[in-house]
Amino acid sequence: MTSIAKPPVRHPGLRKNAIGFTQRDYEGAMSTLCAGCGHDSVTAALVQACWELDLPPHRAAKMSGIGCSSKTTAYFMKQSHGFNSVHGRMPSVTSGANAANRGLTYIGISGDGDSLSIGLGQLCHAIRRNVRMLYVIDNNGVYGLTKGQFSASADIGSTSKKGEANVQPPIDPVLLALTLGVTFVARSFSGDKAQLIPILKAGLSHNGLALVDIISPCVTFNDHDGSTKSYKFTREHDVEISTADFVPLRHEIRAPETDSAVNVVTMHDGSVVRFRKTHEGYNPTDRESAYAHVRACQQRHEVATGLLFIDESGSDMHAVSRTVPTPLVDLTHHELCPGNAALQSLMEKYR
Amino acid sequence: MSGVNDFAFKMATVNGTGSASANSLLMQAIFRMGIPVTGKNLFPSNIQGLPTFYEIRVSKDGYTARPSEIDLVVTLNPSTYAKDVASVTPGGYLLYDSSWPLEPELVREGVTIRGIPFGKMCVDNFVRDRDRTLLRNIVYAGALAAFLKIDMDIVSQMLVEKFSKKKALFDANNTAIKLGYDYASNNYQCPLPFHLEQMDETKDSIIIDGNTSAALGAVYAGATVGAWYPITPSTSLMEAFTMFCRKFRTDPETGLGKYCILQAEDELSAAGIAIGAGWAGARAFTNTSGPGISLMQEFIGLAYYTEIPAVFYDIQRTGPSTGMPTRTQQADLLSLAYASHGDTKHIVLFPCSPEECFYMSPMAFDLADRFQTPVFVASDLDIGMNDWMCRRLTWDDAYVPDRGKCLTAADLESVKKFSRYLDAEGDGIAARSLPGVHGNGAYFVRGSGHDKHGMYTEDSDSYQEVVDRLARKFKLAATKVPAPEFHRVANADVGIVSLGGCHAAILEALDKMKALGINADYMRIRAFPFDTPVREFLDAHQTIFVVEQNRDAQLRSLLAIETGKPRDDMISVLDYGGMPLTARVVVSAVTATLTPAG
Repeated sequence: MTSIAKPPVRHPGLRKNAIGFTQRDYEGAMSTLCAGCGHDSVTAALVQACWELDLPPHRAAKMSGIGCSSKTTAYFMKQSHGFNSVHGRMPSVTSGANAANRGLTYIGISGDGDSLSIGLGQLCHAIRRNVRMLYVIDNNGVYGLTKGQFSASADIGSTSKKGEANVQPPIDPVLLALTLGVTFVARSFSGDKAQLIPILKAGLSHNGLALVDIISPCVTFNDHDGSTKSYKFTREHDVEISTADFVPLRHEIRAPETDSAVNVVTMHDGSVVRFRKTHEGYNPTDRESAYAHVRACQQRHEVATGLLFIDESGSDMHAVSRTVPTPLVDLTHHELCPGNAALQSLMEKYR
Repeated sequence: MSGVNDFAFKMATVNGTGSASANSLLMQAIFRMGIPVTGKNLFPSNIQGLPTFYEIRVSKDGYTARPSEIDLVVTLNPSTYAKDVASVTPGGYLLYDSSWPLEPELVREGVTIRGIPFGKMCVDNFVRDRDRTLLRNIVYAGALAAFLKIDMDIVSQMLVEKFSKKKALFDANNTAIKLGYDYASNNYQCPLPFHLEQMDETKDSIIIDGNTSAALGAVYAGATVGAWYPITPSTSLMEAFTMFCRKFRTDPETGLGKYCILQAEDELSAAGIAIGAGWAGARAFTNTSGPGISLMQEFIGLAYYTEIPAVFYDIQRTGPSTGMPTRTQQADLLSLAYASHGDTKHIVLFPCSPEECFYMSPMAFDLADRFQTPVFVASDLDIGMNDWMCRRLTWDDAYVPDRGKCLTAADLESVKKFSRYLDAEGDGIAARSLPGVHGNGAYFVRGSGHDKHGMYTEDSDSYQEVVDRLARKFKLAATKVPAPEFHRVANADVGIVSLGGCHAAILEALDKMKALGINADYMRIRAFPFDTPVREFLDAHQTIFVVEQNRDAQLRSLLAIETGKPRDDMISVLDYGGMPLTARVVVSAVTATLTPAG
């Protein structure tokens, strides 16, 4: 995972956000991925989303496993701690970090190999635990670093660069997450920044695990005609079934809430997500209809994109564990240790 | 040999029938009579229906190891009759349920048989099936009270304490105790030649198991994140941690807790949670047993190489593979010391008792923070799950956790370029920064090759600089982990080396050997890595015995590898059948070696 530092060139006219940072301040080391890799577009979208949200970089933590996608945590927010863990195990490390310090914004970046094969169990249980985090899957249907094997998200019939057809059925992270009770799930395309950025911003503000499956073509191993995770295929089969617009807390909401075509969901911190329905009958707050729509699109060989389901009423890991609001790392030893007097009184029970 | 306040007895029952509460009632009553007592629960890996045994040893001299001989056995499980009778020492007693005719297999010359119709009395006196089954145990406890002269006032008091809010249960248990006591007193000569007499030797002691005390130690050490996956025999550690956190760490008004306990989907995830929490700055731990340690290997290597603190309690059980989950062993020594692929070495602590499980908990967290590395506490099933008599636990309120080199926001304010793995002070320990503290402390944790700045590298020199520092750090750790405990005598002929739960049996064996004219020095290893006094002890004795509970002499191998002492210069005494060690095993092995053949 080579990290090349970018030259520190500062344009004096760069716009600053509310906490005084330019977009450049949210960037990281130079990417070493292949030119044109979808993952780099996701990184760029994340940089913009975090900058627009005025997220203090040092209050965010970037978590990843192993693979091309996991390398990207080095390519944004250089002032944030990063944790490149072991293959498929990012969810557990993030669960632990969040248990210890609930005050940080956790950004997990994974891939289809990392999350749908070796780490499928960890993904499922992080969803069940509802760890407060943004969970991005850079999904390209292929193992890039080991040179082109099918991943568990490759569609039946999709071919490898060498022409072999995949015969095993794919695992769809969106459908899986919906059945596991996920409280936020979206699908987007690395080439559609306009759709992706509001989704990422909403995900970062969600009170629980926000899963964002991003079709992110692998230009080297999976961007040919037989692939269903290529730029061409995704552009031709992408069906946006909900448009989400994210309105941060302190921004004025311009459109009237009475607009019947708009569905407004208030986030945990008071910010709102506004959905403009582009698909008749679609309700992103109803798990059953979300599942049915995604499934129906799949049957028509369409890729359903947009913020597909959201439930802000769910309890996150700390609510379930009934943890104090203060991050555990901020408690002093005095607050944690019962002391000798309590011990001596306890000892009577062991006599 | 057996006599007043110096004997052992055993209950042979069927698991899941409620004998545990009767057995602990007996043990606690003896303890309250001021007499040193130990209990060993030898139970099956099963929920209901298989043979289970409970041994209680009474020792006026304070020996707490598993008894070498059983003076009285209560046989309530026909499927183990033959074995039960065979386990009684000549001149001993056998107590059976005479509701049914005496089975010929229970008869053995030199063993006195006492029959009491436990089952019939329960049918005659209790109505519900459940009562008839459960209270049979209380009836035998009553009979034993008469045979062994247990103070009935103490027993009554204990029933009052236990059932103070449940009148019906109290009445039933009280009736059952009296049924057994009266039947034995009216039909047989009581007490038996070996029995109990009041002493005053337990007032500074408690009865506790090692998983409970380890959990209590973790609470006192300030651990806030506990992650686990249920596995025998470590499960009760997290159950106890949960109980103590609810008691001591919960706001009575909000009901919110200053802790976060996560039951993970598997041991891999449990290790990941502990490491993630340790990275974020919490004192975090996981508890498991051998199979879990196998599953955690990858994460252990990551934490070692990226220098993240976490504490791992390994409550060892009999391996390999699933092995015998409810039997004890010390067979994870090598797999803990060098856990994970590549060059890795770890700090391992070896508590010898529940008491030490408590005190070694804060030590483990301090060492993990100070050396920024995983630390293992190698307990075992015998220490972890059995009730041991040990000294009352105390806590020094002046204790301040050693959090190691952890940079504050003020420290980081003036830092221009933070280098995570830089040996600034020459002791092999680099300063770490926690996420969320300051942007200047940001760095990238990576299990891939990294240089002293924390940057990715494939350069030989940069890579070696980091792993060589890790080796220096480990060397320093040898001088900071708990030193061995030495027991020395004048004119020692031999040196005995052991660790962990073998301690109680070794102490007893030393006394027995002394009576036989063998003077032995004893070194109890308390931690890995070893410092120079370990090698000095090995060199100072012509004959060295290494006593441990595994087949392959793992402690001896560790001593040979790490101190350079030739392996074959040390004689192994191995006991690995899954039962707690007895003094007899040690004495026999040593005397057999020292006595010339022929």
